[in-house]
Amino acid sequence: MGLEIEQEHPCVELSNIATSETHGENSPYFAGWKAYDENPYHEITNPSGVIQMGLAENQVSFDLLEKYLEEHSEASTWGKGGSSFRDNALFQDYHGLKSFRKAMASFMEKIRGNKAKFDYERIVLTAGATAANELLTFILANPGDALLVPTPYYPGFDRDLRWRTGVNIIPIHCDSSNNFQITLEALETAYKNAESMNMKVKAVLITNPSNPLGISIQRSVLEDILNFVTRKNIHLVSDEIYSGSVFSSHEFISIAEILESRQYKDAERCHIVYSLSKDLGLPGFRVGTIYSYNDKVVTTARRMSSFTLISSQTQHLLASMLSDESFTDNYIKVNRERLRKRYEMIIEGLKSAGIECLKGNAGLFCWMNMSPMLESNTREGELKLWNEILNEVKLNISPGCSCHCSEPGWFRVCFANMSEETLELALKRIRDFMNNKDRKDIGI
Amino acid sequence: MSLGSESYQLLSKIATNDQHGENSPYFDGWKAYEKNPFHPRKNPQGVIQMGLAENQLCFDLIEEWIKNNPKASICTPEGVCKFRDIANFQDYHGLPEFTSAMAKFMSKVRGGRVRFDPNRILMSGGATGANELIMFCLADPGDAFLVPTPYYPGFVRDLCWRTKVQLIPVHCDSSNNFKITREALEVAYKKAQENNINVKGLIITNPSNPLGTTLDKETLKSLITFINEKTIHLVCDEIYAATVFTSPSYVSVSEVVQEMKCNLDLIHVIYSLSKDLGFPGFRVGIVYSYNDQVVNCGRKMSSFGLVSSQTQYMLASMLSDEKFVDKFLLESSRRLLKRHDKFTKGLEEVEISRFPSNAGLFCWMNLKKLLKEETIEEELKLWHVIINEVKLNVSPGSSFNCSEVGWFRVCFANIDDETVEIALQRIRAFVGKETKKKIEVKRWQPNLSLSFTSTRFDENVLSPHNHIIISPHSPLVRAT
Repeated sequence: MGLEIEQEHPCVELSNIATSETHGENSPYFAGWKAYDENPYHEITNPSGVIQMGLAENQVSFDLLEKYLEEHSEASTWGKGGSSFRDNALFQDYHGLKSFRKAMASFMEKIRGNKAKFDYERIVLTAGATAANELLTFILANPGDALLVPTPYYPGFDRDLRWRTGVNIIPIHCDSSNNFQITLEALETAYKNAESMNMKVKAVLITNPSNPLGISIQRSVLEDILNFVTRKNIHLVSDEIYSGSVFSSHEFISIAEILESRQYKDAERCHIVYSLSKDLGLPGFRVGTIYSYNDKVVTTARRMSSFTLISSQTQHLLASMLSDESFTDNYIKVNRERLRKRYEMIIEGLKSAGIECLKGNAGLFCWMNMSPMLESNTREGELKLWNEILNEVKLNISPGCSCHCSEPGWFRVCFANMSEETLELALKRIRDFMNNKDRKDIGI
Repeated sequence: MSLGSESYQLLSKIATNDQHGENSPYFDGWKAYEKNPFHPRKNPQGVIQMGLAENQLCFDLIEEWIKNNPKASICTPEGVCKFRDIANFQDYHGLPEFTSAMAKFMSKVRGGRVRFDPNRILMSGGATGANELIMFCLADPGDAFLVPTPYYPGFVRDLCWRTKVQLIPVHCDSSNNFKITREALEVAYKKAQENNINVKGLIITNPSNPLGTTLDKETLKSLITFINEKTIHLVCDEIYAATVFTSPSYVSVSEVVQEMKCNLDLIHVIYSLSKDLGFPGFRVGIVYSYNDQVVNCGRKMSSFGLVSSQTQYMLASMLSDEKFVDKFLLESSRRLLKRHDKFTKGLEEVEISRFPSNAGLFCWMNLKKLLKEETIEEELKLWHVIINEVKLNVSPGSSFNCSEVGWFRVCFANIDDETVEIALQRIRAFVGKETKKKIEVKRWQPNLSLSFTSTRFDENVLSPHNHIIISPHSPLVRAT
């Protein structure tokens, strides 16, 4: 309506949730996005604009999806050989389309090289991993309770896990001394930390492969974490939304495999979050899943999913696509390969600019070490550098502090959401920036 | 793969309480239906689903449009060129063409008497998600919202489960046609205050579920005055707006606030395409708020329930086809009227009274006369008989928190004509049988001549409690 309302009326209050800042959008993570929105790079119309490298999207394999649709338009639309539009439009059962759940289960198995089995009856559907993570938190924890989350972590967790649930995140600190691996010591410290603040710890939430690190968690660490949560009698949530983005299939170990090897002893405390936003590059379709080994969690999550079901139209399309085995086998393979190539390209490019990265094996981004470039080894120093990169180099990358990294100087740089040409240009800008910096240091 | 359920597993209070509402009798009927669903050929003795408020009358129109507009789908050869952009689009502002088309559609549904600003449209996971979202924005745990009875059973889950908001009923009854009176509002508000409960707002459903009626302008004005005086919010669930099939014509809250002094920061509308268009599967829920702060915060929250971009894209195309929309709304209304008339005529024939309605996908039927006693227990007993013997899943008024016993909601737009006939036949047979059972012979009519052979109708009946009179002129008598 755009009406200006005179503020003569007594101020009507909104909820605490509405007025709090826990939605997290004032983080620098999002400030960079705003800079991009105001001045977005375009090859032709705005070649000096900001290149978006803060968005973990996978755009390298769309052609495979488009090809599938062109060849299978009948299967993916309504009418022929399957349910009609009407049946689809009416379908609102929170169990989800059976064919879709079966296809998801099978897809998740393939991604793990068939080293773990998934029962489609344990799959609960939600509108995106965003909803899945929030929903699990509502189920596992009460307001005021705590989740332990290894740092650095995805900035969106601050909103997804805490905002409406009232649950706290206690960081499990990881640092470069051991390549940011999660240690038992760090777990214990975080746990004690929570206790000292009178918070009940309800779960550990890991992201495997990690965002923003871009590495998968080692088997021994997973075993340690599982032993830890068992000892403490708490839950384990494994966010595996990047599992299909591991460059080499045998390098990813899912918690599902560990559980299978233990004959599912104590599996009831484990829950996996998955999504098609990263692996298939379909963030718009809002496809998230919770896979839980706990019957009560499955039942409750299913009920709660009423607030966030996946459009039946989308379930129908994806059921058909993901149950086409030759398509999925090929997609998984080609996608991995392309991501690996991209990764190698950016690592090389950064190296030639004098920048080192954490050795990664997965994901849509790399974890770049700019600490030698900081004026001061502090958060402020990092933000200062970040501002320079955003405003002068015109690259939107994500500062480690927005990921709650305890060591300043690290940045997450996404490489899969643009064309190769754009990536080349971004690398050139970085090289130029680093050269100029050198010159400045030398006093030229 | 079933895992042993050893002890343990501490879950949250939310996870372990009953507030999901699925233990309500409302769902028992559905369970009975699922176990034994009616099918005209495969299972003609099965339970007919009349507990589901769905609109299935106009799919042919939609399907025709889909066939003629292949570009609206990103899966067809004609539309696949848009696949990449759409699949990638996750902006919580929504596809601009979608929010524009929704704003236009919402305006059309209100006869063009109101304009909606696309920038105030927020998406959520169906009306279920929308109702929960607005509560999270407006109320804190423990706060309360007033809600006129009878109301949609799902409100308990949608408005209260995770938000921890409580509902305070505003009692309405048939003595004045279930009007929401100022007195009833004040009583409910005062009761809350006495119990130290902080009332944050009033939520109304207009057109009403389960009554099937629209609010008149005067009532809307009085509600708006009330909430302004108390400085509380007004949430209007208008998901049945396009199911109005006869006069009086629909007056929405958006129209009324244009005509009176009102703090617009208090006004919020909930909308959806599940009822008006018959698309519950597509999960299109909308929160439309006149409060900037709510729009701001609500938009961030919509991340938890965005509409699939594939669906947004298709609907943007469909809803901006003005010719189609105009034709659809007209035809949908016409078919609903026809279906309503057919069904209510059938009820009249067996003297089942119902609340006169002008909207909705259901009928609010009064079976008080079939109750042994006017208690909830008897209502539920009768209801179980209807499900298990008559094999109709209808919804008892008590599940809608109705303060009067004997009312039942019966849905009629989710089945075809043939099934409506069968349902009416079963009702006819049942009422006759029940009439016989209700015998408390106070006087008898010697002139009553019964011309059919069924032994169920060989008594004259008059019950002082139920006021059923079988007269020689009753169509029931003439039935064979």
